[in-house]
Amino acid sequence: MDLTLKIWRQENAQAKGGFKNYEVKGVSKDSSFLEMLDVLNESLVDKIESPVCFDHDCREGICGMCSLYINGRPHGPDDAVTTCQLHMRKFSDGDTITIEPWRAKPFPVIKDLVVDRSAFDEIIQAGGYTSASTGGVPDANATLISKYASDLAMDAASCIGCGACVAACKNASAMLFVSAKVSQFALLPQGKVEKERRVQKMVAKMDELGFGNCTNTYACEMECPKEISVSNIARMNREFLGAKILSGEKV
Amino acid sequence: MSKQRTLSSITKKVIMSLAGLFLIIFLLVHLGINLFLMPLTENHQEIFELLAGFMATNPVIKVMEVFLFGGFIIHIIYGLIVQFQNWSSRGSIAYKSGSKTKTTISSQYMIHTGVLVFLFLAMHMYQFYFMKLGLNTTPFVDAHGHPEFYNVAVDLFSTQPVYSVIYIIAFIFLGFHLNHAFQSAFQTLGWEHPKYTPCIKTVGLIYAIVVPLGFIIIPLYFMIMH
Repeated sequence: MDLTLKIWRQENAQAKGGFKNYEVKGVSKDSSFLEMLDVLNESLVDKIESPVCFDHDCREGICGMCSLYINGRPHGPDDAVTTCQLHMRKFSDGDTITIEPWRAKPFPVIKDLVVDRSAFDEIIQAGGYTSASTGGVPDANATLISKYASDLAMDAASCIGCGACVAACKNASAMLFVSAKVSQFALLPQGKVEKERRVQKMVAKMDELGFGNCTNTYACEMECPKEISVSNIARMNREFLGAKILSGEKV
Repeated sequence: MSKQRTLSSITKKVIMSLAGLFLIIFLLVHLGINLFLMPLTENHQEIFELLAGFMATNPVIKVMEVFLFGGFIIHIIYGLIVQFQNWSSRGSIAYKSGSKTKTTISSQYMIHTGVLVFLFLAMHMYQFYFMKLGLNTTPFVDAHGHPEFYNVAVDLFSTQPVYSVIYIIAFIFLGFHLNHAFQSAFQTLGWEHPKYTPCIKTVGLIYAIVVPLGFIIIPLYFMIMH
């Protein structure tokens, strides 16, 4: 496949970026999107040009490092996959592909297509700890958990924190991410001990970092590579309201 | 001491949704009365005037009116605050390739339909509520000098097609606004359920079509009859 790539280039956080066009020739239909970018970077290095910076790590769709806003969608045209799992067969020979970094005020560009997502880490940190019993090893089934609750918690916990929800949201809201992290604990007995504290702290941190307000357009759910459901957002709202109204604890 | 005093994003949205749901109920009452502008029964004009009189004088309704204005003001002010924050969060650089995510048109343009409905509301307040307060005059007054809203409305719809067209367009925008608003309010309040959420969405869609259509039929009737 021969492709034209329109890629956002930006030297550093302070620099003014812009789009640059690149031609890549002979890309295999079976290669992944990131492998295609590797091919481009190889050719740029050969020409002693600066390669295009992009985030990646595991390349098997579980680490949440890869990002890229491809042709108007986070993680590109395929549903429920990360950019590293996106295959070039989803494109056609001769296509022009526009590649942009995540755009959101709390996700500033570091270089080219790499953005700083440490705002997510700050929200996780704000969530705090979970209390656990010390002493001997408890029986594996000492804590009873319903199948239903464990399934929901597991679904929520499959969030990899890539930030596609923020990138897709017209309000740059982080509600899907935060609600998944709140839900995975709130649904389980182990996480219930600090649940009121946790939800209030995480929402306060999310607001403080400048993420937008949720207006329920559900773009986040549509673009989430892990198909995290917006029912988590409703759950977080319930947890938050319950904690605000019923818990007198100062957080 | 530096603890922030502003409301959280979720609290703001909850306040907006509660105010919105209150306005949704109010709209039904308003439609119920307005429909009697048309000859639904022999004595429809009497019923309309009776209901309008009740709404204008009943002490309970008077108290509710305060809540209603409060509801409108809170919904509008928080709607604007939330929107300005959201634009700011999105940052200064827009996506060159736009957004190909298939969200509903209603949900994408809430602020736009909201502002257009507000403009209509401002006009509507000037034409009717200001009349009640005596800040706007009308030739249609009763023996006590009170405005006769039945005649005011029928005259507007019968003789001023521009007003009727603006009225119809405003309610089409309101329909789009309501289509998203109805189910969104329940989601914000945290009521999401595998069985009931699809019901809420269906009821919301029916409400968003039937109620604006009910309002639209009235000017259409008078435009056709004259």
